[in-house]
Amino acid sequence: MSENKFSPRTIMKKIGGMSDTNLLTSITIVVFILMYIGAMIFLGKGFLKPQTLFNILNANAALIILSCGMTLVMITGGIDISVGGVTALVSMSCAVYLDYMGGNVFVSMLIAIAIGLAFGLVQGYLIAYLEIQPFIVTLAGMFFARGMTTIVHTNPFNVENESFVALKDTRIIIPGMGSYNKAGNYIDAYIEIGVIVALLIVAILFFVLKWTKFGRNFYAVGGHRQSALMLGVNVKRVTFSSYVLCGLFAGIGGYVYFMHVGSGAASHAMGAEMNAIASTIIGGTMLTGGVGNIIGTLFGVMSLSLIQNIVSSVGLDQAWWTGITIAAMLCIFLVVQSIVVSRKSRQTKKQAAMAEKPQTPQNKAAAN
Amino acid sequence: MAQIKTAKTNPVSEFFSKLFRNQIFIPIAALLLLAIFNLIADPSFFKITLGYSSDGNPVLSGYIMTILDYGSELAILAIGMTLVTAASGGQDISVGAAIAISGSVVLRVLCGTDSRPETLQAPIIVAFLVSCLVAMAFGAFNGTLVAYFKIQPMVATLILFTAGRSIAAWINNNELPIVSDKVFSYFGGFLPGIPIPTSFFIAVACMIITALVFKFTSLGLYIQSVGINQNSSRLNGLNPEFIKFITYVILGFFVAVAGFIKVSRLSTINYSVVAKDIEMDAILAVALGGNALSGGKFNIGASVLGAYVIQFLTTTLYKLEVSSEALSAYKAIVVIILVVMSAPIVREKLAALLKKIKASAAAKSAN
Repeated sequence: MSENKFSPRTIMKKIGGMSDTNLLTSITIVVFILMYIGAMIFLGKGFLKPQTLFNILNANAALIILSCGMTLVMITGGIDISVGGVTALVSMSCAVYLDYMGGNVFVSMLIAIAIGLAFGLVQGYLIAYLEIQPFIVTLAGMFFARGMTTIVHTNPFNVENESFVALKDTRIIIPGMGSYNKAGNYIDAYIEIGVIVALLIVAILFFVLKWTKFGRNFYAVGGHRQSALMLGVNVKRVTFSSYVLCGLFAGIGGYVYFMHVGSGAASHAMGAEMNAIASTIIGGTMLTGGVGNIIGTLFGVMSLSLIQNIVSSVGLDQAWWTGITIAAMLCIFLVVQSIVVSRKSRQTKKQAAMAEKPQTPQNKAAAN
Repeated sequence: MAQIKTAKTNPVSEFFSKLFRNQIFIPIAALLLLAIFNLIADPSFFKITLGYSSDGNPVLSGYIMTILDYGSELAILAIGMTLVTAASGGQDISVGAAIAISGSVVLRVLCGTDSRPETLQAPIIVAFLVSCLVAMAFGAFNGTLVAYFKIQPMVATLILFTAGRSIAAWINNNELPIVSDKVFSYFGGFLPGIPIPTSFFIAVACMIITALVFKFTSLGLYIQSVGINQNSSRLNGLNPEFIKFITYVILGFFVAVAGFIKVSRLSTINYSVVAKDIEMDAILAVALGGNALSGGKFNIGASVLGAYVIQFLTTTLYKLEVSSEALSAYKAIVVIILVVMSAPIVREKLAALLKKIKASAAAKSAN
C-alpha cells in the first residue's frame, strides 16, 4: 500500500483497465462538467442560475428520449433515422386529433404510442427478419413519416384543447432552487412534465441495460453477432426488440416534444434524428455496436445543448455558428473516441502477446 | 452441385435465372414497371415536343427530358457514392451540404465581393476549378476521418452534414449573390443549338471518364478488394486506408460537378434548400442499383440507372399532382416495396414458392 491511490500512474492504470463503455462515458461526463464550470466562471450570471440547467432539460426532454431509443439500436449495431419524422408525425396527428376531432388527452397519448410502436414493429420486422439494411429501411421510414405528416395536415397550427393546454403548462416547481430576477422578484425554478418522463426512462433503461438478461443481450448482439448466436441468444428477436423499443420511445418522445411546443407542424423536429445520433455518439456509444451507456447519452444531449447555449451567449449568434460548433464538437469527440479505442486495442494486443509468449515453448513441448 | 442443377434446366429458365441474379436486373425491372404504369395511366407522359426557348434556341421538352435533366446530378453523385460505398462499406451523408459549399464557392469566385455583379469577376472555368479543389478538400477531410481515424463513414460525414450549410452561408456572408451571365446558365440549361439538356452531357462525360479510368487503371479492382476484405487486400500489398481516402476525394470531385450544375440552373443559391435530401436519393440510387451497402462488389452502371429510376419515380409522382411535401411518403412506399422484393431472403422464399407451384402443376399434368 505504499503506492499513492491518486498518483497519476494508478489513475492511468485504472483508466486503462476500464471498459470502453465506462471510459467513453466518463470522458463525456467530465467534459460536460468542465464546460459547465467554465461557463459559470467566464460567462457568469446566467449560468449560475439553476434554472439555466433546468431549461436545458426542459428544451431537450424529447431529444433525451429519442436518443435513449437510438442508444439501444446503436448498441445492437444498427441505426434508426426515422425518429425525427415519427416525432413530427406524432405531434401533427395528436394536434389534429385534439383540435379538429375534439379528442381527449389520454387517447392522444395512446395514439402517440401506437404510431411509434407501429413504426418500430414494421421497421424491426424488415430489419431483423428480412435482413434488409437498417439505414435503408429507416430512411424510407423517415420519408414516409415526413410525407404522412403533410398528408395528415398541411399548415402548422397551435393546439387550443383546454385540458391539453393545462397539461402543457403544468410546471413542477423545485423548492430552494429559484432565483431573483432584475426587478427583485423571486422566481421559482421549474421543470416540465416531459423532463420527469425522460429521466424516468433513462433510469429504467439504465437498470435494464446493466442488470437484466434482456439488457445484456443487446450488448452481446452488438459486440459480436456470431458469438451471441452461438451462446444461444436469439439474435433476430433482440434486434427486433431494439427497433420496437426505439419506435416506442420515438412515440413517447414525440408526445413529450408535442407537450413542449404545443403545436403541430410538418417542419417540427427537423434534423432531430441527426441530433439524436450526434448526442448518442458524444455520449460514448459506438456505431459499431456493443459499446454504449444510457447515462452517457443523457450527458451527450446536455453537452450538445450546453455548447449551443455557450456559443449564443458568447455573442456568436449568427445562425451558422451553431452548426459549425456542433460539428466541431462532434469531430473532436469522434477523434478522441477513435484514438482511445485504437490505443486500448493495441494495449490488449500487447498484453495478449505477452501472455502468450511464455506458453509457446510449453506448447511446443506438448506437441512434441 | 449448383452447376449440375443449372445444366439440367432448360435454356429459357436458365436465361431467366441468370437475369434474375444479375445486378442490373433490379433497376431495369423498376424502370420497366414505372414505364408500364405511366403507359397505362397516361401515354402522354412519353410525349416529347420541340419548342423554342426565349432566346430562340431549339429545346426539347416533356417529362422524359425533365427526367434526363434533373436526374443527371443524381447520376453524377451516384457514381461517387457507389465508389465510397464499395470501398468503405458506408455512405457519405454530407453530399447535399457539400454541394451547398461548392455552389457557394462558385458564386463567391464569380461575384467577388459584389453580390450583383454586372460582369463576371473571374472566368467560369476558374470558378469551377476552385470549387473542385474546395469540394475535394472537404472530401479529403471526410476520407481522413474514415480511413485513418477509422470512424464509421456515416458518423464521420455527419460532421460535415451538420456544418456544411452553415459554412456555405458563411462563405458568402449569408448573402445570396446572383450571376446574370448567359454562358454560365448554359451548364444547367441548354447549349445554343442543342435541344438536349447540357446536364445530361455532363453526366455522360462523367461516366465516360470513370469508365476510362477503370479500364486503364486497376482502381476499380482495388476498391472492390478493399471493400470485400480489408485485411487480405493489405496482405496483397494494397494500402486500404489510401484507397478508402481516395474514393472520398473522388466523390468530392463529383460533388463539385453536381454543385456547379445546381448553381448554374438557378444562377443563385439558397443555402438551406439547395440539394436538400439529395444524399438520401443518392444512397437510394446505390441501393436500387443492387450494390451491397456494406461494401464490396459494385456496378456503377446499375447505380446510374438507379439514379434515373428515382428521378423517373419523382417525376411520375409530380405528374400525378402529388404535392412536393407529401411526395416523400409515396417514395418511401415504393422504395420499401423495391427493397423488400430485392432482399435475398424474400427472393429465396419466392423462388421456393415458385418451385412448389411448378412442382404441383407438373404433378397435376402428369396425373
